[in-house]
Amino acid sequence: MKKLVLLLASLLLACPAAALADEFQVAVAANFTAPSKDIAAEFEKETGHRAVLSFDSTGNFYAQIKNGAPFTLLLAADSATPAKLEEEGGAKPGSRFTYAQGALALWSAREGYVDSQGEVLKGDQFKFLAVADPKLAPYGAAAYELLDAWKLTAPLQSAQRIVTGNNIGQAFQLTESGQAELGLIAWSQVCRDGQLSRGSVWLVPADLYSPILQDAVILKSAADNAVVQAFADYLKNSPKAREIILSYGYTLP
Amino acid sequence: MLLTPEDWSAIRLSLKLASVTTVLTLAVGAPLAWWLSRGEGWWRRFCGAVVTMPLVLPPTVLGFYLLVFLGPFGPVGRLFGQLGFRLLPFTFSGLVTASVIFSLPFVVQPLQNAFEALGERPLEAAATLGAGPLDAFLTVIVPQTRPAFLTAAVMGFAHTIGEFGVVLMIGGNIPNVTRVLSMQIYVYVETIEYARAHVLAGGMVFFSVAAMLVLQILKPRREKFAQGRI
Repeated sequence: MKKLVLLLASLLLACPAAALADEFQVAVAANFTAPSKDIAAEFEKETGHRAVLSFDSTGNFYAQIKNGAPFTLLLAADSATPAKLEEEGGAKPGSRFTYAQGALALWSAREGYVDSQGEVLKGDQFKFLAVADPKLAPYGAAAYELLDAWKLTAPLQSAQRIVTGNNIGQAFQLTESGQAELGLIAWSQVCRDGQLSRGSVWLVPADLYSPILQDAVILKSAADNAVVQAFADYLKNSPKAREIILSYGYTLP
Repeated sequence: MLLTPEDWSAIRLSLKLASVTTVLTLAVGAPLAWWLSRGEGWWRRFCGAVVTMPLVLPPTVLGFYLLVFLGPFGPVGRLFGQLGFRLLPFTFSGLVTASVIFSLPFVVQPLQNAFEALGERPLEAAATLGAGPLDAFLTVIVPQTRPAFLTAAVMGFAHTIGEFGVVLMIGGNIPNVTRVLSMQIYVYVETIEYARAHVLAGGMVFFSVAAMLVLQILKPRREKFAQGRI
């Protein structure tokens, strides 16, 4: 009986370790879905190790990690969540780094609607401007910094011309469907291979809003995992990963 | 290629999840609905309210509480840890557990209504003929309320296929393990691959209409049943 219990216990202990040898689970903020798939594919080609990617909002990931989720690495959509995890002891100390920086864009699904200086935002021809909720999304907060700087927040709000998406994905959908003529969205949502994919855009100058930092952190459970460390290094330093990140419309610190 | 291997994996997972959930929910829900339909005490009403709760709670709230409750620091998670079991969140079993809980009202309600409509007489008749309670339930009640069982099964199955918020929270969106169809659509929408999202979402719309159509076809029989013609 004792032997059987020992055998079962060792099996239970051995299973996760065996699964971690080649495969490791990475929590990726939904806005970084496409580039992370490409980077994971390149990493697998070069090393044979496979990053299994999960996509969700950063807030959900935080709740899941606090409740025992099997993730080894978090690629967050902000810098606050990884910092909080590190502070609370849920992450490997000193493993936090910025892997991408977001760029804010004023975008319309219509060709030629947005001018090269963003002057359209000050005019009356558009009925609705879509932004992400500033309390929930860093891009939303950045959008309001621009509106505040241009003293547009109060007039647009009192005219009820601002529509709010829960996250940057929803703000994009509101604009993409044409319900809002303009949207303050992420450049990465409309950028393919470094070019505007469709519609018209004004890239908001970086000095008009605080940097949108997306930070990564290695989680406590993988503190001694060399493969996860290798993937984090690959994401941070390899020319291939940096090229992919830039091609999707992010900048690098 | 209309569907990718990941799509097929998500579809398989969703069908597996919905099938297992439907069977388990019926197994739990039928006795529960029977008990709820046989009396009025405050304790029974309280249980009825708890069973109905997933209908009104936002899915992410339900998912969050399940995560906390079943996770390593929650009461159920601690018990599981002490017994040496694997924790439920982020596993297929966790998805099944969550799905049974949020599908329960969809199964219990039609059954409870049918049991209440049935009244005491069939059971009394069965008892006078010498049938025990379980025997009477299986040979008298179940055949007479078959349409309600079908409604319950279709509703439970369809609702499990369509659920997103709870399974995202409790499952962690892990490919081949917990990434069901609704999460695969979410991934496509996030990567702005709308064409692929449309294929899956369109399939789901078709499936939902088909499921509701089945219910509509069953409906005349239920009405006849209510009028005592079956």
